[in-house]
Amino acid sequence: MSLMTVTRTQQTTATGGTAAAATATGNGAAGVGPEAGAATLTMAKAINLGLRAALAADPRVLLMGEDIGTLGGVFRVTDGLQQEFGADRVVDTPLAESGIVGTAIGLAMRGYRPVCEIQFDGFVFPAFDQITTQLAKMHHRTRGAISLPVVIRIPYGGGIGAVEHHSESPEVLFAHTAGLRIVTPASPADAFTMIQEAIASPDPVIFFEPKSRYWEKGEVDLGRPYATPTGALDRARVVRRGTDATIVAYGPTVHTALRAADAAAEEGRSLEVVDLRAISPLDTDTVADSVRRTGRCVVVHEAPVAFGTGGEIAARITEACFYHLQAPVLRVGGYATPYPVARLEHEYLPSVDRVLDAVDRAVGF
Amino acid sequence: MTEPDIGPELVQLLTPDGRRVAHPRYDERVAHLDAAALRAMHRDMVLARRFDTEATALQRQGELALFAPALGQEGAQIGSARALAPQDMVFPSYREHGVLQVRGVDPVDVLSLFRGIDYGGWDPTATGVHLYTLVIGSQTLHATGYAMGVARDGLVGTGDPERDTAVIVYFGDGATSQGDTNESLVFAAVNQAPVVFFCQNNQWAISEPTARQSRVPLADRGKGFGIPTVRVDGNDVLACYAVAAEALERARTGGGPTFVEAVTYRMGAHTTSDDPSRYRTAEEEESWRRRDPIDRLRAHLTAAGELSDDDLAALEAEGDALGERLRREVRAMTAPAPESMFEHVYATAHAGVARERREYLAEAAARTAAAPVAGPSQGSTR
Repeated sequence: MSLMTVTRTQQTTATGGTAAAATATGNGAAGVGPEAGAATLTMAKAINLGLRAALAADPRVLLMGEDIGTLGGVFRVTDGLQQEFGADRVVDTPLAESGIVGTAIGLAMRGYRPVCEIQFDGFVFPAFDQITTQLAKMHHRTRGAISLPVVIRIPYGGGIGAVEHHSESPEVLFAHTAGLRIVTPASPADAFTMIQEAIASPDPVIFFEPKSRYWEKGEVDLGRPYATPTGALDRARVVRRGTDATIVAYGPTVHTALRAADAAAEEGRSLEVVDLRAISPLDTDTVADSVRRTGRCVVVHEAPVAFGTGGEIAARITEACFYHLQAPVLRVGGYATPYPVARLEHEYLPSVDRVLDAVDRAVGF
Repeated sequence: MTEPDIGPELVQLLTPDGRRVAHPRYDERVAHLDAAALRAMHRDMVLARRFDTEATALQRQGELALFAPALGQEGAQIGSARALAPQDMVFPSYREHGVLQVRGVDPVDVLSLFRGIDYGGWDPTATGVHLYTLVIGSQTLHATGYAMGVARDGLVGTGDPERDTAVIVYFGDGATSQGDTNESLVFAAVNQAPVVFFCQNNQWAISEPTARQSRVPLADRGKGFGIPTVRVDGNDVLACYAVAAEALERARTGGGPTFVEAVTYRMGAHTTSDDPSRYRTAEEEESWRRRDPIDRLRAHLTAAGELSDDDLAALEAEGDALGERLRREVRAMTAPAPESMFEHVYATAHAGVARERREYLAEAAARTAAAPVAGPSQGSTR
């Protein structure tokens, strides 16, 4: 329970309509190309332009998925790309997720760089076998003879009032498998560069896209050359400086953490916010550097807390800076329940209030 | 004596007693094979069987952790593999030792996997043979994707036999029940991918007979996907060659995929850990022994006066040499350096793997430093 008496803002995670798939295009700045310099874009458009840059720069890049071509994807992330690059480069596949990933593996063996879209988080499991037993292990089992530069894009997370299997956060199920890189952008700027770096990476990358953030706008530098290394696939970033506690977040919860930091500032408390960006590899150095300064750490993710990223960070931080900790590492996230029905998801998802309550517990420990 | 239940009609060019029978469709596919070519197929099958015998013995001696014999399936494997062109790509399951032999994979490199040294000792790119896949049916999708890539590369239907490329994927009767296999048939069909689905129906998926996989002949599986299908006597090396040659040519010339059911029999155990007597009768095994793929080609060649005692003696000597080399080189294979488990996990640097490698090496060095100077009898540390 909160030790503070200030009334807190109501959680407002949901960003709009109840049917994500019905969201119209209108994601702004159509026709803005990589040559156009800085622009204000939605994350969906930023990913779209990142994919476009990849298709333009590398003839071996292919997009594969269900409804990504003619329709432009149910979230319109691939809108216009088939028209521009053709049905051979932006491929509407049969409705078979294992088939998409399994044939992408074969195409990658042949030298292509497939970018697969899994339509929703809860639909990735038919492909789980191909991802974990084949895609993740091929480079190792061939002693480096074969690399599989396959990207699997997965819109993930809740907060959009969706039906069952459309709001899940399965990132740690993949992070537990060696051989996969697991990344997730939290801003349009990172989304634009990280998708390009993921496609250019010789390793398989699971690219989790926070679907509740698809329509949030931000500044994007479109001017840099294709796949310019930024380090985002390997390194976390401090997105807000603070002194009293470190909030570690990624994907959709970075926004929540920043709002919590705003609210805390009004109460005279200074929170530092770290955006992990990558779950594998986990940049515990950046987190530990922050925690050494603040002495407290709260990890926030939509995925269930049990056996999650927060638990891993808690263990790593305990090992790395035990004597700097003034409180146990705390976790805020989903509960050990199936993802709840849409009318209850606001109680399940990490909210500003839940984050601030955790900060209170850490400060009052 | 009972005859094995081989189901509906199947392509056959050699009867079980070695008589050549005419086939209106497939005769032309083998017309160019002279006696020397048939002797070479016979040699391949004999050496493949010798490999099996030697590997099984090495497992019994504790030199291999496990072995999966291909005993009885030499006709299907040698016949289909001999129809491949150098540029074709093979995606095997885990029992295609005869195919690998024809493709020039060093048999010692096949056994490193079963000794627990690596996950397949051969280079897939250099040999045109992908590594063995142990998850049943997974490789059908890899083969289909690879074939889609071949078509994208413009290496189908060029008219140049040295450029046109096909892919062949091997799998068993059990694999036809897997979702991945069925999805691969969907992807191959709608993309008209240059891939041959070569199903060796060896009658048993460990303990489950093919009747537990399908109500219809497995060859019929292809039809529902719009894929041409053919059912061939898998113990007839000549018929397997002919059927594979036709299917590979269809793939190379842009005719799309083919589903082949090669009806054969796993005469040995599923693996050296299996006991077939728990699920099948000696009478059944005997009935298939009379359809042995090597015996029938040998009978054919002998009757034609094309296989002399000298030929057989030379082959025996070649088999002995293979056995001697396998025994020597397998026993000489040592475990890789422990830290190699941290290698090639990623193609690029990964902080998590790098950290754990450092920690492992430090701990291992500390254990070594703390170890008693005396010999192995002290061995609480390794």
